[in-house]
This record gives sequence, C-alpha cells and structure tokens, in this order.
Amino acid sequence: MAVDLTVTTARGRTKPASVTADGSDALGEPRPLPPTVFDVSDLFVTYGSHRAVREVSLTVHEREITALIGPSGCGKSTVLRCLNRMNDQVPGARVTGKVAYYGEDLYAPQVDPIEVRRRIGMVFQKPNPFPKSIYENVAYGLRVEGRRPKSELDDRVEEALTGAALWDEVKDKLKESGFALSGGQQQRLCIARAIAVRPEVLLMDEPCSALDPIATAKVEDLMLKLADEFTIVIVTHNMQQAARVSDRTAFFTAENDSEGVRHGRLVEYDVTDKIFSNPADRRTEDYISGRFG
Amino acid sequence: MTTGETQKIREDRPRERRTTERTRLAVAGARAAGQGLYTPRSAKHRVTNTLFSAVLFLGLGTALVALTAIIGWALVEGWPRLDANLFLAGPSTINPEEAGFRTAIIGTVYVIGGVIALIVPLGVGAAIYLEEFADRERWYNRFIELNIQNLAGVPSIVFGILGLAFIVRGLGNFGFVAAAGSMTLALLVLPTVILASREAIRAVPSSVRNGSLALGATLWQTVWRNVLPAAAPGILTGVILGVARAIGEAAPLLLVGAVTFVVYDPSFFEGGYSVLPVQIYNYAKRPQEEFHVMAIAGVLVMLVVLMLINSFAIWLRNRYEKKW
Repeated sequence: MAVDLTVTTARGRTKPASVTADGSDALGEPRPLPPTVFDVSDLFVTYGSHRAVREVSLTVHEREITALIGPSGCGKSTVLRCLNRMNDQVPGARVTGKVAYYGEDLYAPQVDPIEVRRRIGMVFQKPNPFPKSIYENVAYGLRVEGRRPKSELDDRVEEALTGAALWDEVKDKLKESGFALSGGQQQRLCIARAIAVRPEVLLMDEPCSALDPIATAKVEDLMLKLADEFTIVIVTHNMQQAARVSDRTAFFTAENDSEGVRHGRLVEYDVTDKIFSNPADRRTEDYISGRFG
Repeated sequence: MTTGETQKIREDRPRERRTTERTRLAVAGARAAGQGLYTPRSAKHRVTNTLFSAVLFLGLGTALVALTAIIGWALVEGWPRLDANLFLAGPSTINPEEAGFRTAIIGTVYVIGGVIALIVPLGVGAAIYLEEFADRERWYNRFIELNIQNLAGVPSIVFGILGLAFIVRGLGNFGFVAAAGSMTLALLVLPTVILASREAIRAVPSSVRNGSLALGATLWQTVWRNVLPAAAPGILTGVILGVARAIGEAAPLLLVGAVTFVVYDPSFFEGGYSVLPVQIYNYAKRPQEEFHVMAIAGVLVMLVVLMLINSFAIWLRNRYEKKW
C-alpha cells in the first residue's frame, strides 16, 4: 500500500516514515509506532453545567507534532489545557474520562499538577513574557525548581535561548526587559522559557496567531527543529500551518446536540497527509476545503 | 425606446438635471456631514469647550490656591519660630520661646513606624488571600469582603474607642503607650491598604499568572515572584495614602493615650507619648499668643515629616516601576 507516502514537507523536513497512514515506511516495511505519550480516551470537559467538550479520544506519539484544528469554539484549546492540567485554573471546570501520560493517569488523586506542568510545558496564544529581564524570564522555571549555582543558570539560559533560535538576537541585552522585544521575539522568548526546564512535551496554544507572517515562519521553523527533541501538540486556526508542520492532525468541530447545546467534538484524527488529501469525514473535507469555518 | 433614443435624451438634458430632487438633497446632506468633520467647530461647540475647560481649571485652581494659601500663611505666621529648637527641644508651658516638638516628632515616628510595620504585611497578606486564594463561592469570603469595604467608611473616633476597649485595656492590655496608638491607627487605615492592594493585584494580567503556573510554579511562587513585584507600585500607593491619613489623625489617638504633654523622649512600649497633631492642638488652645505661633510652626513640622515619609515611599515605588 504505502507506495508514495514518505512525505517531505514544504519546509524540507522529512517526516519520520513511521507516520505514514498504516505505520509502514516508504518501502512498505512495517515500522513500530513511536511510543505513545498521551492516550486520551472518552474525555469530557464540563464548565459549570455546560458540557463543553465531549467524547474525545486520541493518542499523541513521541517526537511528533500533533495539530488540533477546527473552527472557534470547538474545544481544541480546552482539550490542550487538559493535557497539562491547566484547566484546574479555570473555576468550575471539570474533566472526566481518562488522560494517560506514558500510561499514568494525569487526573489520579496522587498526581501533583505542579509536577505535571514541569514536565509538560506550554506556550500561549499571546506572547506573555513576565515583567522581568530576558535572562530572568528564561531562568524563571529553573529558579522555581530550586536553587542552582549561577554558572549553571547561565548555561541553561544560553542553551534555552539558542534552542529557541533567539540567542544571537538577545545575547547582548539579557538584562533588558522582555517587553523590549518584538512580538515574534517575545513568543520565541516564551518558547525558550518553556524549554529551559527541559520538559518532555510542549503544548502550544495558537502560538502564531498574534504574529506576522515572517515571525510565524520563524516559529514554525523552530517547531520543526524542536520536534527532534520534544513531543509537540499545537492548537492552530491556520490549516496551512497544520499542514506544514504537523505529523498528525485532529479535526474538531462545534455541534449542537439534540437539546441544542453547543459543544465541541473530535471528528477525525489521522496522519496529517491523509486528513488534508483524503479525509474520511465529510465535515473535515468541507472545513479543509474552506467551505465553512 | 431604443438605445439610441435614450442616449439622445441624456445628451439633451443638462447633467445636473438628471438627478432627482431627493438625491440632490441626500448628496448635499452627506457632503455637509462629511465637511463637518474637517471644518472648524461651530461657535456653539467652542463655547461649550471653553466653558468645560474653565470649570476644570477652576477646580484645579481652587485646590492649588487653598493649599498654597495654607502653607504660605503657616510659613509667614510661624516664621519667628522656625529654628532648630522647634525640632530639637521638648515642649514647655513656661517659656514658649524655647519649646519645641522633639517628643511629639519622636512619638509620631514611633507610631507611624509601627503603623507601617503592621499594615504592610497584614494589608498585603489580606489582599493576596482575597484575590488569589479565597474561593468567592464561600459565604465567609464574601462576608469578609463586604465588611472590609464597610470598615473603610467607619469614622476614626470609633476606632479610637475600639482601641481603648480592646488594645489599651481589655484583651491587649498594653496601657497608654505608643504601640497601642500604632495598632489603633493600623486598624483605621488597614481597609484602605487592603482595597488598594487588591486593585493592584487584580491589575496584574492573568496571562502572567498562567505563564508562571504552566512552568510548574506553585501558586505561592507565582504570587511571590511574579504577581507581587508587578503589583508593588500600586500597593505602595495604597500604603502612602494610608500613612498620610494616619499621620494627620488626632481623634483616635486622644482616646488611646496620646497625652498632650510629654517632656521626656517616649519609648514604644512604655510611658506616655504624644504625636504632632495632638501637640499642635495642645499649643493652639493655650491663651498665650506665643503658643499659637508654636502651633502654626508645628503644622510645618508635620508637613516636613509627612513629606519625608512619603518621598521615601514614592522613591521606593519609582524604583519598582522603573525596572520595567
């Protein structure tokens, strides 16, 4: 079957062959899937009495980029925030169903959400640097973990800024405010801040929606580079972005149930190329061909 | 009618006649409306604008003139007594020429120092609890919130009676000492400080909190390392306002032992004490003219002390603001 399924993305990154539709590489040799990082099954998220997201099941694999796409209000950000327990911060939010992280239930009572967030980093829609210097922004996560010698902090800050492709631009002004940077630089600073604590996973909630196309291209390049090291889950409004960077794509939509209550649902989840070339569901096809949303 | 005929009719009629009366009216109206945006304002607008500015300047002017008048008057009247003795000598009922405010200044510094030491941790702590940790669904948290707002409007003499009953006597049983004065005034200004600090904490955007939590910081680390530094300027403004009010208060202190005549330097936890406003009142009510001059000079002393304390707080605030 898998004859022409080794795909080179627009940006020249050869996606791992394991990501072809049937888990075989270009030569048809069966290859094992990368280990499962998140195994979400039957996830419901309720805000107050409103069941906002229903029956979501998907798996996220190691060192892949998984994109969650769909129209506004379809619950993709809500699902993302379940993965590092940031929904705990939303008053009235309740999560049911199972979110397993390397086989361990993230919502088990003995799980410490602080530890979860240390291992699963997050980048937000709007760049949100702290009102501190560039250096302190990146060192923040390390400082809250505990005391470290200055030399180690310096090394880790440089490593993170280099990893976020920002070091050359800021190395001479580490003491300046994080707000002195441009929007795109601020977002890369937030990425540097997130990877400084060496997380296992990076969650990105529409990381480019506040950026111009050039800054977006830089962040996308960065994502592809980071995917060698991290598992990335990205929420995006931008279908081209999902097509450009992701290995797998989950398409969500907002629907009314029989009582007319609007809620988000996972429609289709598959290898990105399949979603964009040959979606199984009519609604996916309509969305990616621009017929709605 | 053929196309050719239509063409002919159009050419016959002058261009402007081709529009109906109504269309021309609409165009004229639209043009007038558009021009209104770019041409100078009408006379009516100018008058209203001038009037409004005048009212604003009148308000500002009244405040400035009143303030300058009071300070100027105090300077002129108190001038004969503006010397080192005013600050360094203790009070006297016998010779007003050599009397000063030394003990009252020390008393004020003690009382206000105590007030600051109490209101900063208590006020900021209460504000942090209410903003970051309290569950607003719980009735007791709403009850506390409501009462803090009410307390901010309670007359100061009520706090004086409270201080007398529970701090000087009763539970605290501290006696008539400067510490009791500090505690009473701290209770008086705490609501102001809490409300101002809450506003400042609330003004810190939630994106900063989320960013910190997402890095694996605890709520406490988030508050301590991120929210408080960002809110510090606003909190300090609240403290400045609270302290400014506390310095000028005489009524509640009269009840908790700021006795009016202290010859020896007071101490914080024992013996009688006095503060500047009470001392000023004491001089002002004496029959001799010389003491009235003393009282006026005392007003200037109080202003100097107030300005010193406030400029320190403002310096501190600017230091925090300047960072970012």
